[in-house]
Amino acid sequence: MTFSPELEARFEKFLAKYPADRKRSALIPMLIYGQDEVGSVTDELVEEVAKRVGVKPLEVREVAGFYSMLHVGKPMGKHHVQVCTNISCMLVGGAELYDQACHKLGLGHKQVSADGFISLEEVECMGACSWAPAVQIGYDFYHQVTPAQLDKLLDGLKAGKNPDQITEVPKVNC
Amino acid sequence: MPYNQPHPLEVRVLTRRFGLPNSQSIDTYIANEGYQALEKATAMSQEEIINEVKASGLRGRGGAGFPTGMKWGFVPRNSPKPKYIVVNADESEPGTCKDRLLIEYDPHQLIEGIMIAGLAVGAQQGYIYIRGEFRYLIGVMDKAIDEAYARGVLGDNVLGKGIKFHLATHSGAGAYECGEESALLESFEGKRGNPRIRPPFPAVAGAYQCPTVLNNVETFCAVPTIILRGAKYFADLGSPKNGGTRLFCLSGHVNRPGVYELPMGFNLLRLINEVGGGVRNGKKLKAVIPGGSSCPVLKADECDLAMDFDTVAAAKSMLGSGGVVVMDEDTDIVKAALRIMRFYAHESCGWCIPCREGTTWLKKLLQRMDDGMGQRSDIVLIGDLSKNMLGRTFCPLGDAAAMPTIAFVEKFREEFEAKVAA
Ligand SMILES: Cc1cc2nc3c(=O)[nH]c(=O)nc-3n(C[C@H](O)[C@H](O)[C@H](O)COP(=O)(O)O)c2cc1C
Ligand code: FES
Repeated sequence: MTFSPELEARFEKFLAKYPADRKRSALIPMLIYGQDEVGSVTDELVEEVAKRVGVKPLEVREVAGFYSMLHVGKPMGKHHVQVCTNISCMLVGGAELYDQACHKLGLGHKQVSADGFISLEEVECMGACSWAPAVQIGYDFYHQVTPAQLDKLLDGLKAGKNPDQITEVPKVNC
Repeated sequence: MPYNQPHPLEVRVLTRRFGLPNSQSIDTYIANEGYQALEKATAMSQEEIINEVKASGLRGRGGAGFPTGMKWGFVPRNSPKPKYIVVNADESEPGTCKDRLLIEYDPHQLIEGIMIAGLAVGAQQGYIYIRGEFRYLIGVMDKAIDEAYARGVLGDNVLGKGIKFHLATHSGAGAYECGEESALLESFEGKRGNPRIRPPFPAVAGAYQCPTVLNNVETFCAVPTIILRGAKYFADLGSPKNGGTRLFCLSGHVNRPGVYELPMGFNLLRLINEVGGGVRNGKKLKAVIPGGSSCPVLKADECDLAMDFDTVAAAKSMLGSGGVVVMDEDTDIVKAALRIMRFYAHESCGWCIPCREGTTWLKKLLQRMDDGMGQRSDIVLIGDLSKNMLGRTFCPLGDAAAMPTIAFVEKFREEFEAKVAA
């Protein structure tokens, strides 16, 4: 399978980080960055990573199944909306935000829209508790999200926009 | 700018460079005391560095509060194996959001702390394990690492002194259990994040079964200040046996949630009322989780206490990871207990039966209580099941699930009773 030159370069860098006889350490970073490009942990990605780190494909699959961010065989949407409902977020409306997202998108936990553009997940604490309730779209953080802001984000996504084009609600990470 | 306004009561030591223009850059860092501690440490012996850290009273900020200098002292100096420094930037204990800021606003402080640890134990390689969700921080950290290489801070000739130290980031992929040190090491080696049997502890057999210093981000970030300004300066900031300041992550029903750096031993009520501006909407305080979701809840009348490891432990809770979750009088305690147990059931790695089955059944019981279908006997069962899990799981995740549950049931039994099916 062929990857983009950027990903190839990244893989090479990953493999160089660890001692020569410890290439397996690159397994999880390769899977997650690989998934970002390929869409999910596909059979081809598994085979390729297995080959490069020197383990059996079965071992890669066994590992991938452990991690909540790795979607084995089943891609999430292009824009993966993650709403935290853990304790700090729950206390200030996180669960209501999640319900709002379910209704607005017509999706449940880990479901993907028919066109593959949007998916939804109820997630555990994302390390934004002091700026709760928190939402992530892909890797972008949104803090102290109000119901009105969530509406704007979801309306924008439903209209086919990328999160960066929804300028009324800016992401907070630099 | 940091995500929340600083507060005048803060004692800004680890966060002193936050808010400076371009605080992520090596230039800003060097212009503000950066890498002076490393320079100083290169002239110290390993014993001197470790003794300084011991004398500072620094205790691990990841949760357990283990004395850092003592941990470093466990690394066998004469081992022929390579030694490693591993940074726990998995930050996933609910209520905790501080390591993120330390990386985002001052990544070089972390690099310097790691390198001093390297000198202290004779390690030449470090890795920063960053939770996968913090992708943007991997970018921040990689950039800082590149700068440090370009300036001859990292590399084969650190500061021109012929010392070697290399550093790299490592991405996780979503798993709370990988914050537990031995599971983190398994994950780092490219495996499922199941915990290891201990002993041996990481200091003896950590990454690749080699001697390894594994600490939390904030722990490493305290080290440059200790070396530069001295153990006494750091120790005097805090309370007895609890050196320094700590980043408290205030969340929940407060007017001014945020991350605040305060001396160890700062009073919890003052933290909520003065720093945090009090409970929001003029409500009364009901309860506080003082150190992240695994710490037993404190009732409002138990909150007049000093926030250091020993005082909070004496109140039968834990200072934990610094996540202070404030709950007002309207909070539904059964719902809070359920949400926390749903988390642990989801995150239990399934390796050992008491944790896997215990969290699953506790979740079901708490769900049934919350749905109004519970029996009075369920309340007893929830308490018993939790107590039977305590100390019987392979790693402390089981304890982390059991301890808060026991406290919720014991301290707010009437709320559980009120939900029993008619
Ligand atoms: C289930 C579980 C999750 C943990 N998660 C974290 C974490 O996210 N970050 C962290 O620094 N420590 C975490 N810890 C604590 C680590 O095991 C370890 O004690 C700590 O990183 C040691 O560093 P310190 O001595 O500097 O605190 C966790 C522990 C357990 C049992
Ligand atoms: S509880 Fe939602 S970000 Fe921590």
